[in-house]
Amino acid sequence: MADTVIYAMYDDDEVLKAGAKKLVSKGIKVNEVFSPFPIHGIDPIIGVKDTRLGIMAFLYGLTGLMLATIGMNYFMVQDWPMNIGGKPSFSYLENFLAFVPITFEFTVLCAAHGMAITYLLRNHTIPGMPAENPDPRTTDDRFVMELRLSENESYKSDQLEAMLKETGVVELDQKEIK
Amino acid sequence: MHKEAAIREPLILGHKTYHDVTEDVCKPIEDKAPKTWYILFAIAAIIGLYGVGCILYLLGTGIGTWGLNKTVGWAWDITNFVWWVGIGHAGTLISAVLLLFRQKWRMAINRSAEAMTIFAVFMAGLFPLIHMGRIWVAYWVLPLPNQFGSLWPNFNSPLLWDVFAISTYLSVSLVFWYIGLLPDFATIRDRVKKPIPKRMYSMLSFGWTGKAKHWNRFELVSLVLAGLATPLVFSVHSIVSFDFATSVIPGWHTTIFPPYFVAGAVFSGFAMVQTLLLVMRKAMKLEAYIHTKHVEYMNIVIMVTGSIVGVAYLTELFVSWYSGVEYEAYAFINRATGPYWWAYASMMTCNVVSPQLMWFRKLRRSLLFTFVISIVVNIGMWFERFVIIVTSVHRDYLPSSWSMFYPTHIDIGVFVGTIGLFFVFFLLFARFFPVLALNEIKSILRGSGESFKNGDAHSPAFSLSEQHLANKGTASGTSSNEGSQSSTTETTASEDKHETQLNKLLDRIGSASKEDKVDLKQIKGLGPVIETKLNDIGIFTLEQIAKLTPEDISTLEQITGAKLGRAENDWAEQAKDLMNNNNNN
Repeated sequence: MADTVIYAMYDDDEVLKAGAKKLVSKGIKVNEVFSPFPIHGIDPIIGVKDTRLGIMAFLYGLTGLMLATIGMNYFMVQDWPMNIGGKPSFSYLENFLAFVPITFEFTVLCAAHGMAITYLLRNHTIPGMPAENPDPRTTDDRFVMELRLSENESYKSDQLEAMLKETGVVELDQKEIK
Repeated sequence: MHKEAAIREPLILGHKTYHDVTEDVCKPIEDKAPKTWYILFAIAAIIGLYGVGCILYLLGTGIGTWGLNKTVGWAWDITNFVWWVGIGHAGTLISAVLLLFRQKWRMAINRSAEAMTIFAVFMAGLFPLIHMGRIWVAYWVLPLPNQFGSLWPNFNSPLLWDVFAISTYLSVSLVFWYIGLLPDFATIRDRVKKPIPKRMYSMLSFGWTGKAKHWNRFELVSLVLAGLATPLVFSVHSIVSFDFATSVIPGWHTTIFPPYFVAGAVFSGFAMVQTLLLVMRKAMKLEAYIHTKHVEYMNIVIMVTGSIVGVAYLTELFVSWYSGVEYEAYAFINRATGPYWWAYASMMTCNVVSPQLMWFRKLRRSLLFTFVISIVVNIGMWFERFVIIVTSVHRDYLPSSWSMFYPTHIDIGVFVGTIGLFFVFFLLFARFFPVLALNEIKSILRGSGESFKNGDAHSPAFSLSEQHLANKGTASGTSSNEGSQSSTTETTASEDKHETQLNKLLDRIGSASKEDKVDLKQIKGLGPVIETKLNDIGIFTLEQIAKLTPEDISTLEQITGAKLGRAENDWAEQAKDLMNNNNNN
């Protein structure tokens, strides 16, 4: 789908945020913002929903908890009960205290790694992925707002550019994509 | 935006723009390494290789090459293990616990502290592995089905808990560290020009782009990982202390071990962070980011945890007497007055007395004093583990089997070797990795930077001189300084364009200040009016003029509004000639 993308570059995160607020209030859709660090408060302005990774972390943790419990019950109680100083070896519950440390560690292990892997996959940040930031300076000291013409059909590109200029941009760029 | 009380000391000294932060951190990576780096690296590598040699000899010959005997079955190996794990506690504590407490000063030190943690845990993990003797069956600690029954590892044993705790700690710390590193690797990737480093950093940065949604996820992942890592930090050293506390040896069989070990670990970890960072900030010129206040904060942590350790020592002594168990009492009397009294005395001095000196503000803000104390604490914490481990077992219930522990050269070689390897890793980190968390530092610049707190600067986009110009250029003061109320017009947009052009120009020809000012009118065709105009935009020296290209001249024409038609080529040549003449005189 052919589309025109407008990249508006700012040198100050606060200016970009104020600009985005102004544009959005005029009904313009900001497609994306690239920044060298998280701009706090930009998400609700440009309509980025809160991530649900936290829920995933909880589920991964739950999985780890279950696996550890099932595993240790099988190893230490069902399959090969060990006689350690005559302590009850035939009941998971009566041995439970000894299993707490590993259950905890394994829960954390699964939650942390599960979430980290999901995070990388969802972001498409995987070794060997090409970088997609429109300008190399966006990882240094520049902030880029991306508008798409297809998402702002009530405006022409020069109208958009004029409005962007009012928000204190330092550079404007247009690109046709196929 | 992060707001901070005005009376708090700024976390970043002087004025820094976003670009300055990038420059300051990336420069040492992109430049050639200084000679001292190579010297230090060579020394560390030689010591490390000697350690590897000792380990190989040990594996080939057997644990008998250590000085262990029938009575003292655990000595330097476990001492070193616990010492390294302890050191490995500061990093995750700084990045996780201080994140949960929203302590912004962590941002200057968390990256390198976490690197230190990871390398220290590598070193720690080495000791149990080689202590197994037959390292090639090390996988037996994992619950893998096998032909012996299946016979599973003993999940009731603290030694197995240790396996899980240390490996979880290591891998989670590594992931936490690396997720924070991704955006910073992307910064380096977008800066470097040489093809091989470019390839390397593109691989390392996983194609990070810095989209708003990614940052949203990034912040949540950091927070949740911090939440997960916090109990992990405390559990790891608790579990290490269970190795001793669940035994029935007098002197080990102590219920206060877990909190006492955790406090000791944080204590020694922060000491090691101080040792490393005090050198690193100097060598890499990061004094603006890691300054006296950061050192003071860390010293306060050292003081508090050192006091906890001191109280624990005294509690142990008291309880050994109060319990009325004579074996328990003897273990402690023997520690203090027996043949290992010197180890006990050095532990007490280094760990109990020295951190108390931090009550004095002068001392805890003194960098040299901090450096000395940090080394003293590290030595003291090694002795603590030695005292706990060796003095508790060297005189057991049967006086005929009492003995002493004498380390062999393999004991010493392995220990010193791990220090060498640790520094090999750390030096490589300092050379190739961004040692400060760039993205985090930038996000607190506006709130905690000195120039912003005292009102000198308005935007981290400009240097102070550029800001001065911008203010002057737009008489109504409508430049993009005040982020929230930017009532910019077409003129300011072009003003901004000039601004960037000028910055680029000044970047290339180099900046100068009033002090460097020379008489530019020496150049033919450069009158007093133009000289003032050039001075206004920051051109003061012949060196700068000599670097001007014809394009620059036309840029200058646009900016100053003056006609400089005659200047093309000629000015730069004239300036060069004048400089040569000056040199010859």
